[in-house]
Parts: sequence; structure tokens; C-alpha cells
Amino acid sequence: MRNTWIICRRELSAYFTSPVAYVFIVIFLALAGGLTFFFGNWLERGQADLQVFFIYHPYLYLFLIPAVGMRLWAEERKSGTMEFLMTLPISTGQAVIGKFVAAWIFAGIALLLTFPIWVTVNFLGNPDNGVIVTAYVGSWLMAGGFLALSASVSALTKNQVVAFVLAAVLGFVFLMSGVEIVQAFFRAWAPPKFVDSVAELSFLTNFGDLSQGVIDVRDILFFASVIGVALFINTAIVEIKKSA
Amino acid sequence: MDRLLEINGLTKKFGPITAVDNISFSVDRGEVLGFLGPNGAGKSTTMKMATGYLSPTSGNITVCGSDVRRNPIEIKRRIGYLPEGAPLYGDMTPHSLLNFVSDVRKLSREDRRRGIEQAVESLHLERVLHQPIETLSKGYKRRVGLAQAIIHDPDVLVLDEPTDGLDPNQKHEVRELLDRMSSTKAIIISTHILEEVDAVCSRAIIISQGRIVADQMPSQLEERSRFHNAVGIRITPDNAEKCMSILHDISEVRSVEQVIQSSGLSELVAFPHNGGDIIGPVRSALDQNGLMVDEMFVEKGRLEDVFRNLTIGGAPNESGDDTGGVGVQEVANHA
Repeated sequence: MRNTWIICRRELSAYFTSPVAYVFIVIFLALAGGLTFFFGNWLERGQADLQVFFIYHPYLYLFLIPAVGMRLWAEERKSGTMEFLMTLPISTGQAVIGKFVAAWIFAGIALLLTFPIWVTVNFLGNPDNGVIVTAYVGSWLMAGGFLALSASVSALTKNQVVAFVLAAVLGFVFLMSGVEIVQAFFRAWAPPKFVDSVAELSFLTNFGDLSQGVIDVRDILFFASVIGVALFINTAIVEIKKSA
Repeated sequence: MDRLLEINGLTKKFGPITAVDNISFSVDRGEVLGFLGPNGAGKSTTMKMATGYLSPTSGNITVCGSDVRRNPIEIKRRIGYLPEGAPLYGDMTPHSLLNFVSDVRKLSREDRRRGIEQAVESLHLERVLHQPIETLSKGYKRRVGLAQAIIHDPDVLVLDEPTDGLDPNQKHEVRELLDRMSSTKAIIISTHILEEVDAVCSRAIIISQGRIVADQMPSQLEERSRFHNAVGIRITPDNAEKCMSILHDISEVRSVEQVIQSSGLSELVAFPHNGGDIIGPVRSALDQNGLMVDEMFVEKGRLEDVFRNLTIGGAPNESGDDTGGVGVQEVANHA
């Protein structure tokens, strides 16, 4: 636990010593705001909620979260620091979790910085703040899901660009698994039961309820399991890659 | 004797390539082991396994009595390691990096203060303590890498090319540092610089194509050189011919070679039979003929020569007296 926290702290400070962090936060805030106002017509709708704010988060994360996660292991492998890190008295699991949590906290900070929109909606009307908090938590959980996928993929390669593209593609599959484009791919060869369960893996479906303030334990469990399984695979990949 | 590192039948295969082939050796407290070999011989791979980074294909590694595979975390605590090329987090400063390592190594406040202070002082890092590592020169990076390896006062120190990229003064300081630490630790260094072996190592292992081809004290290795006990003579060119024939006539001398001609002097080397002592006979023969030489010296033996013989041509050769015959060739590796 202590080691995980030490790794996490170092990773977090690594984010903020590079310009990437600030670029990411600015772009995330600009896009989140822009989409809400111009595509979601938030003001014109005249409703005191953040529905149209949260509805774009899955698509924002699809491209922005791989940018946060791509460096986690690829950079470590490229610069050789993986050898330095993994010969310190820490376990692979601690390193994997520490790095993931750092990136997740970073994503959380970016998400929290959208607070002006929450202030605005409270200024303009009387929104159900419980719904908004649930949606924020749901959004952060979903970010964690994307991030865990990105982190595992990042361990596969030394090249951050490859890590980014792979993570975006994998994220797309999870995001859209309920949508025809992904369903058609599986329906061609897999049994119907399997195709249905693929649909269940959709980030979109599972985020849908949370973003409307419906706390369904299954949705929370879903994102928690995606994170858990992805990090487990991440640990295995790191173990394999460092031995080869 | 306190045996801190023991390696038994260590083998590492990468697919069809055998990088390390059944290596066994051990290092005691107080020893400085020099690890020599051409590039790609398996030095770094062996070190990576000893420090628990790579897992061996077969064989055992014991550090301070515990098995590396069974207690990886425990042994990593006892080892200080400088990986090849000294990879470090470029975004950190030496100060933050050393604190990070002290955190991970769970040093008490007192140990941390002392450890960092001593490492910074002995490696002269004061000036760059708060600069990002990525902006530092190669020599500083290497020394920061060394510093992080020693702050916890480890029992076993594994250093992959610790003096690479250092200038002669820095090299000298690092060697002195190793010397100071050597009595309380088991130290393994890999190096390309053969003089370093003479300077700091109490023992040297030469590995070639994943196998140990020699494991001896540096002085014993030198004895394996055909130059061991050879007599070098510098003489004016006019007298070189005469001197050569005199040397040829000495029964103890096996052969004579004219090595180089520089600074207007000829240099001759008389080789003995089986490394015997020939300075006496050579001196008296020259005296008898009234030949004046400008310089005369006995060679201890040349590590470079031994190194080439053991590592060129593949077939590991353990026999000690079979080191003659190879002339000046291209050096297998050059630091």
C-alpha cells in the first residue's frame, strides 16, 4: 500500500512536470465546454441539468484518455527506466496500481476542473445536485475503465504513438460494443448469446444510467471489473515483457 | 568468509539464442569482482538476473542467503544496482530521485539523511542537485545512477559499466569510492576498461558467448598473457639488428619481436619460454656485448592480450599456456 502510494506520487508529479498535463487539461476543458454549449445547445434547452454535458464524455475520453495512459509503460520501456523501477524492492502489482491511480487522479483533477459548469447550472436554475454528483462519479469511473485499458496496451509497446492508437481502438470496441458496427463484427461468427454479452460490455450502456443519476450497482461493478481485469492483464504483460 | 552472492548453473535463453550459458560463480564480502567480456557476451544479462529483473531460464541465484526467485523483494532490498546506461527518470531532479528511492527502500529519517548526504558528497552532486536529470551531462547522470545504488548502504552492489562516460578524474574518484566501500560489501562491476580491473578488482571473470572463460585474480590473468615476464628494450635503430641477434642467442629467450618504432627508438620484445624470468640472462648478455640500451623493462603481462585471446575465435580455452600466437589484431571492443 505504502509503495503503491510512493509510485503514485512520483507518477503524478511526472504528469505535472511535463507540458502534456496542461495541454491535456486545457483541451479537455475546451472540448467539454464547447460540445456542451454548441452541440448540446445546453443554454437553449432551458433545463437545469447537465445531461448534455455528460453525454459527450464517452467520446471525449475515447481520444483523450489514451493520451494520458499511453506514456505509463511505453515511456518506461523506451527509456529503460523500467529496469530501474523493477529492481527497486516493489512488486509489479504495486507499480501497476500506483501508475494507474496516478493517471486516474490526474483524470479526476481534469474532471473536477469542469466545476464552473456546475456552478453555472446552480446559478441559472435548481438542478438535482444528487444526479450531477452521481454523473460525475460515473464519468470518473468510466475514465478509469478507459485508462486501465490504455495502461495495459501501453505495456505492450515501447512506442507511445502505437500505444495511443491501440488504446483508442480498444476503447472504441468497449464504447461501441452495443452498437451495430461492433455487433455486426461479432454476429458474423459468434453465437447469439456471446453477441448479447458483448453488448453488455458497452461503456455507453453502463455509463448511460449513471449519467442520469441512476445508481445501479451493476454499472459500478462493471467499471470496477473492467479496471480490475485490465490491471491484472497489465501486470501480466509487464511481467512477460520484462523477461523478454 | 561471508558469501553474499552465489550463482549456480545460470542459463538464459531468448528464443533460440542462449545469452548466458550455464554460469556459476560466487562473490564474498570484501571482494570486487570485475566482469569482462565483449559486447553481447552476456554480462548485462547476468547482472539483470542477479538483481531480479530478468528471470533465468534455469539455474539458481542466492543473494545474502535468500533465493532470488522465492524472495524477489527481499533480495532487491539488499542489492544496489546501476543498470546499463544508468536509466533514470529525466523529469526528476537528483534530489527528488534520491528521496523517491529512499522512500521505496523505507529508509529511516536518519539513514536517509546520512545516505543521501554521503552519496551526494562522494559523487560530487551538490551543484546539480536541483536540476532535472534530463538536462545533466552523461557523467552526472552516471553518478546520479551510482548515488541511487548506494544510498541504502547495500550488502551487494551490482554496477553495469559504472565509469562509462566519466572523465579520467571522475573515473578515479569512482574507483576510490569503490575501494572505500569494498571491505564491507560484495561488489560486481562490468567494464570495458581493462585498466580498471587492475585498479579496483580483486578478481576478474571474463565471459565470452555466455560462458565463463576465466575466473582469476587480475595478476593471475596477466600471467596468462604471452607478454608476462617478457623483456622490452628500447634502443637506437643502428643497434637494433645487433641487439636482436644477441637476444636470439640467449637460450632462455623463445622469440624476439620488433614491436614499434617511435620517437626515433626501436622497441624489441624478448619473450620467455612459458613465462619464465629472463631479465637476468638478457641483462648479462647485453653487458657482455657492451651494448647500451636506452630503456629496459619487464612486462607484467597485458590484460588486453589475454582478453583478446580468450574472447576471439569463439572456442573457450581454459589452458593457461596456450595464449601465444595471436598478434596485434583489431581490438574486440573499445570503450
